[in-house]
Amino acid sequence: MALLQVDHINVFYGAIHAIKDVSFHVDEGEVVTLIGANGAGKSTTLKTISGLLHAKSGKITFEDKDLKGMPAHSVVSHGIAQVPEGRRVFLRMTVEENLEMGAYTQPRASIQTAMKDVFQRFPRLEERRSQIAGTLSGGEQQMLAMGRALMSHPKLLMLDEPSMGLAPLLVEQIFDIVRELHRAGTTILLVEQNARAALSVADRGYVLETGRIVTSGTGQELLASDVIKKAYLGG
Amino acid sequence: MDWLSLAFSQIVNGLQAGSVYALVALGYSMVYGIILLLNFAHGDIIMVGAYTAFYAMTAFHLHPVVSVVLAVLVSTALGVFVEKVAYTPLRSAPRLSLLITAIGISFLLENGAQLLFGADTKSMDPMVRGGIRLGTTTVSFAAIITIIVSVIAMAALSLLVRRTKLGKAMRAVSEDMGAAQLMGISLNKTISFTFAVGSALAGIGSVLYLCAYPQASPTMGSMLGLKAFVAAVLGGIGSIPGAMLGGFAIGLLEAIVSAVGLSEWKDGVVFAVLIVVLLVKPTGILGKKITEKV
Ligand SMILES: Nc1ncnc2c1ncn2[C@@H]1O[C@H](COP(=O)(O)OP(=O)(O)OP(=O)(O)O)[C@@H](O)[C@H]1O
Ligand SMILES: [Mg+2]
Repeated sequence: MALLQVDHINVFYGAIHAIKDVSFHVDEGEVVTLIGANGAGKSTTLKTISGLLHAKSGKITFEDKDLKGMPAHSVVSHGIAQVPEGRRVFLRMTVEENLEMGAYTQPRASIQTAMKDVFQRFPRLEERRSQIAGTLSGGEQQMLAMGRALMSHPKLLMLDEPSMGLAPLLVEQIFDIVRELHRAGTTILLVEQNARAALSVADRGYVLETGRIVTSGTGQELLASDVIKKAYLGG
Repeated sequence: MDWLSLAFSQIVNGLQAGSVYALVALGYSMVYGIILLLNFAHGDIIMVGAYTAFYAMTAFHLHPVVSVVLAVLVSTALGVFVEKVAYTPLRSAPRLSLLITAIGISFLLENGAQLLFGADTKSMDPMVRGGIRLGTTTVSFAAIITIIVSVIAMAALSLLVRRTKLGKAMRAVSEDMGAAQLMGISLNKTISFTFAVGSALAGIGSVLYLCAYPQASPTMGSMLGLKAFVAAVLGGIGSIPGAMLGGFAIGLLEAIVSAVGLSEWKDGVVFAVLIVVLLVKPTGILGKKITEKV
């Protein structure tokens, strides 16, 4: 049984049919990536899993629990954390307060240990713990967004374009962190436009095109595929 | 009376009125900060609070402290009830629908009060008498109580917002509703809590208003509410310290205008100052520019 099973979901924005009959799964311990061009429906898919949007039809199961109609704030307590596109850290709150918000569903006593773990992974955040998040650099904000999501000890971590808008060196660093998390056993669903980098860290990948899954395979298979090379890897 | 004591007593008057404006302005600002609604029914919550305290003391002869608690409880419950019944169903509706609903609720409360209590102004004996003599002036106990109570309430609010889990959740929701939900924060609970706190402050404000003017009328909330709204905008709507600053600024401004013998002009001056401040700084004194979301 997969950790996350998405079955034939359809998602609409009013009359716009954004996600069409999409099915995929993520097994425990895997890194799975969803790649696709602008507007393919990657973010919409993640938002539907996290409960910010609701599918009109189809089924989403997480650890045998049906997530249908569950509000976003309860999805978190079932063990799914999403790092949204554009990071969306709380710019007017301190680094520490942002991390506390990440642990909102957790018992108070566990917050200090979780924060220590995050600081160990992201030493930069510890140096800036009392700084207002709005004053952090883009890379630091991305680390904060990831650290914030890790505060809830998620069974599934969903990352929406973590490398967006970052300098190449930082992009590298973000993917290194994804690898480390993978090694530590975290299950990750990674959405990226940076297909090459995403496929090289992923166990498996799915390709979304205008709301449909058109191809899937292991990271290596997709990296080697001619069609993918042409469309997403610049030839 | 010499110059100095005149100035002193006007400052006390200004602080007393300003305390009430500030408490009420906080409710406007907090609600705006969290759901971007100019809650025009907020002033009428004060009116209901004032009637509650009024009847508790005059008809039921309850102890003033019990009456005050009752007024705060009724205001809080009413604020939360209005939010649940009238605003929650419009969470994803256009802002304008929400605004018009708030104006509708305001009329409903005013007319409802008129129906229940009559259109006339109800007066009672002063709640607090006497004062302290300081040189040639007297500072009334009412003014002292008002200033102390509101300062305590504002300090408590600052602690709540800065230190408690719910307070931080309020800040998170007001900054980014979507991201806040992804943290596991319930919008319904947090927004209800915000209305509860804002309305409780309005309830306290209503009683402090009764200390200054021992009377209640169905429309008493509209002018007070409007002034407090101006205070919130002046200070920077959405900002908690801004609402406090705006409230005291307007109270003092009115006192100064009255002191120089132009008391019938004081409302005009308040609005003129608002216009000038907004021309110079459209976000208000402490207001922050709304950050564009990526
Ligand atoms: N709030 C919205 N209202 C209407 N249509 C929307 C909304 N959000 C997204 N869409 C549409 O749904 C489709 C999928 O959007 P989505 O944001 O999921 O794409 P994406 O794959 O994440 O793209 P990107 O790589 O640019 O982030 C697009 O055609 C987009 O225009
Ligand atoms: Mg996207």
